[in-house]
Amino acid sequence: MRFRTVHLPLLRPKTGVGEVMRQVLYALAPAAAVYVWFFGPGLLFNVLVAAVFCLGSEALILRIRGMPVAPALEDYSAVVTAVLLAFALPPLTPWWVTATGSIFAMVFAKHLYGGLGYNVFNPAMAGYVAVLLSFPVAMTAWLPPRMGDLDYEGLSLLESLGYVLAGRLPEGVTLDAITRATPLDSVREGLREMRIFAEIRTNPLFGDFGGRGWEWIDNFIALGGFWLLYRGIIRWHIPVAVLAGVLVPATIASILQPGLVPTPGFHLFSGATLLCAFFIATDPVSAATSPAGRLLYGFGIGLITWAIRTWGGYPDGVAFAVLLMNMAVPAIDRYTRPRIAGHGRST
Amino acid sequence: MLGAVLTLAVPAFAAGFGLAWAARRLPADEEPLTERIDALLPQTQCAQCGYPGCRPYARAIADGSAGINQCPPGGEQTIRALAELLGREALPLDPACGTEPGPQVAVIREAECIGCARCLPACPVDAIVGAPQYLHTVIERECTGCELCLDPCPVDCIDLVPVRPVPGAES
Amino acid sequence: MTAPTEGLSRLHGGLRLPAQKTHSTGAPIREVAVAPRLIMPLGRKAGAAARPLVAAGDRVTRGQRIAEGRPPVSANVHAASSGTVAAIEDRPAPARDGGAVPCILIDTDGDDRLHEDCRPLPDSITRDPAALAGAVEDAGILGLGGAAYPTAPKLAEGLGQGLEALILNGAECEPCISCDDRLMREQAADIVSGARLMLTILGIRECLVAIESDKPEAWQAMKAAVAEAPEGIRLVQLPTVYPSGGEDQLVRLLTGREVPSGGLPADVGYLVHNVGTAEAVARLAASGEPLVSRVVTVTGDGIAEPGNYRVRLGTPMADLARAAGGYTERAACLIMGGPMTGVSLPHDDFPVVGATNCLLFTREPPAVSGEPERPCIRCGECARVCPVRLQPQQLHRHAGPVDEEALALFGLDDCIECGCCDLVCPSHIPLTRSFRRAKAALRLKAHERRKAERARHRFEARERRLSRREQAARERQEDVRRQAGAEAIREILERRRRGRGDED
Repeated sequence: MRFRTVHLPLLRPKTGVGEVMRQVLYALAPAAAVYVWFFGPGLLFNVLVAAVFCLGSEALILRIRGMPVAPALEDYSAVVTAVLLAFALPPLTPWWVTATGSIFAMVFAKHLYGGLGYNVFNPAMAGYVAVLLSFPVAMTAWLPPRMGDLDYEGLSLLESLGYVLAGRLPEGVTLDAITRATPLDSVREGLREMRIFAEIRTNPLFGDFGGRGWEWIDNFIALGGFWLLYRGIIRWHIPVAVLAGVLVPATIASILQPGLVPTPGFHLFSGATLLCAFFIATDPVSAATSPAGRLLYGFGIGLITWAIRTWGGYPDGVAFAVLLMNMAVPAIDRYTRPRIAGHGRST
Repeated sequence: MLGAVLTLAVPAFAAGFGLAWAARRLPADEEPLTERIDALLPQTQCAQCGYPGCRPYARAIADGSAGINQCPPGGEQTIRALAELLGREALPLDPACGTEPGPQVAVIREAECIGCARCLPACPVDAIVGAPQYLHTVIERECTGCELCLDPCPVDCIDLVPVRPVPGAES
Repeated sequence: MTAPTEGLSRLHGGLRLPAQKTHSTGAPIREVAVAPRLIMPLGRKAGAAARPLVAAGDRVTRGQRIAEGRPPVSANVHAASSGTVAAIEDRPAPARDGGAVPCILIDTDGDDRLHEDCRPLPDSITRDPAALAGAVEDAGILGLGGAAYPTAPKLAEGLGQGLEALILNGAECEPCISCDDRLMREQAADIVSGARLMLTILGIRECLVAIESDKPEAWQAMKAAVAEAPEGIRLVQLPTVYPSGGEDQLVRLLTGREVPSGGLPADVGYLVHNVGTAEAVARLAASGEPLVSRVVTVTGDGIAEPGNYRVRLGTPMADLARAAGGYTERAACLIMGGPMTGVSLPHDDFPVVGATNCLLFTREPPAVSGEPERPCIRCGECARVCPVRLQPQQLHRHAGPVDEEALALFGLDDCIECGCCDLVCPSHIPLTRSFRRAKAALRLKAHERRKAERARHRFEARERRLSRREQAARERQEDVRRQAGAEAIREILERRRRGRGDED
């Protein structure tokens, strides 16, 4: 009797790229909900615009490259990039800024390198940095959080939409009036004015350990990260290393200059530290591959983030830190090759 | 502003000129280069490249008097390997030198061989055994398929046959 | 009751796979009736076959030597049952590259009596290491774990190496395969006896028996058998992880030592043999019967009565399938071996050989159309599960197009093709397949390089010979010219003298 010949192993992998990416999105959903609660619907508009332009530009470039479009879009990697970009951008970002960032991320940072699996740089961070450098003013449109005791009335859903799509604000409202500095901005300003940290923290924008509202969001981001760890979507090396890379110098600085620098806890719960540790730095394509390499990579990101926050010209250094470490990945991979069983050390 | 431009431009140009000078003036080992090139050639010794053997061709490539696309038995694989070694462009095989044959060996049709021994000296790797008035035969294992024995044979009794791939080496 | 696991080293990577063994472990080993026609291959590859000792038309009896092996590439072949030699011809071997090997075809007559030369081994042989080793070699015993390497040469490789212990491999880590499990349950005493014989040959006293934790009955049976004469034999329980039964992996787990790349376990003081091989040695000593049969797991939902069957070597797989109840309508694929490392065969006319530890009849595996193959996303899960600590994503990157240096750097040769990486790849890349192809391409390249080296040497030798000839010819010409020159000068001088003489 004749039989069909097949390739072994017969057992098939239990997961796929699409499933991995979708899990990342599920893990971000609670944090996104909390974000919207505190800062209004801006994030959702960002996500929508970014998703449309990420998927659209990916589809277009695949067409131009002559490659099948549907399988690539179905791996959800464009959606993940869009969501991360949306998180990175301020809630009141005009649509064309988001669009530019999305197109830059997909076309330049991803597909011109060869598409999924070949990009050297983290596409979301590349897109974010591109618009940060090109439209610096638009990138300062951060809103204060909704808190019962703050003297703040946010924009309504329609008003937000109006600004995002058409740049129109309600009668009598100016951008300056509704936007506030982020906690990291305040810290930077404050330290420059030689105020001590404890005093800066009395600003109502600050919560118990991070920025108000932000600490909630970051907690849910951390929860999402733990979910991904539990499901085995990400491994512990990069998150732990990033956090160590931030906390270690921050702790040392706190010991050496108590009161004059932000506490380690503040570093942890403000800006994009936790988002980076669990969601941004863990992008497998642009990260190092070996366990030792990932520890080095993550630590480098944390360290550079802290350095930029402390001495650099930008309030948050996550995006630059990630891109700089992306550049170092080939070298890291080369020098952290794991020892193959049966090679090297004497038994 | 002029200061800024000069600060960037001057070191850049200096570095560029320095590298160009180093590339030109500092000696690159000639001899080992020939060895390295020869190691990439298929050793068919067929002279289709225009040189009497692979080593002379390698020497010519090393001193720049020959192109890297003149070896038909080496084919595209060899051209690419040479291009990578030397940093030159991987041109397509020069059709004037011949076309890339598959792996092949010469086989003498023994019934027709007249024992003239003209093919023996033609073989660059001494893969034909025989003597005048005795039957000649090609040692299949040593034959490189260079085709140089075909011309001298007065009765045209030599065929070129494709070889099977090595058993166990297929996927 | 927990078993001793202390002293075990950690195995890097590996996977916990669904065992799928209960289909076949429910019943004891069944003896399969002798098939009407036996196809006995004389080797694994055409160039390494044993030499036939019989011709078509000869009568043979069970256990009669019908081919002489060439150690270590081939072992002696013995008739698996009595009958008449129908022919000696090439038949395709049930292997991945499927080349043809010469086979002796026997039409059996149902008599099945044992050849008169096959007698139980006396003490004078079983107590004498050299004589016992000779008996094992004569009996053509092969490793029955799946590799089918001739046992006597393998034992000989261990002699004089300062071995610390013999390791008996009862791990059987691959899903679906259960022949070793049932063998341990039913013939534990024979296995222990075989181990003792091997220890005698090796001249050592220590033996470790490794059994995975998912075989509690086998563990109990072996424990009872060892308890009767426990000197030197120790049972060790392994966690049920695939591929802990791989030779190098087993050595590492039990001893913490790493077999050097390209080396053998004997290099670090251990020799690994399958429990089935030990049983074959015991059988030889007890009855004089050479290797003519083995236990095969026949399983999968494509066979009506899955189980373990003792079958004569050379039995066509179709006959074995019939003995196991025949095919169900779900029999679409035939795998010789397990679902991870087996070989997918195109039909069932192949004979059962020493390497046939399992026949798996399954429906077609789930179609891949659910998820297409995507580019590698460098997630690193493959490196996480690789038992050899390779980085499959790097190997894959350099496997197409083949980058020889990079593949050597990343250890392609050390890949044991276990398939763990395939199972965790989210991009569904057929990694093991690409590594096999790359290995084949490298072998071809190495072969071509060796050929080119030979051609270069012959060319250079020829050049030297020709230039020597030319040199000799030139020297002769020089001599002639010099001679001629000397003559001419003498003549001119003569003429002048004569001329001057005339003028005087």
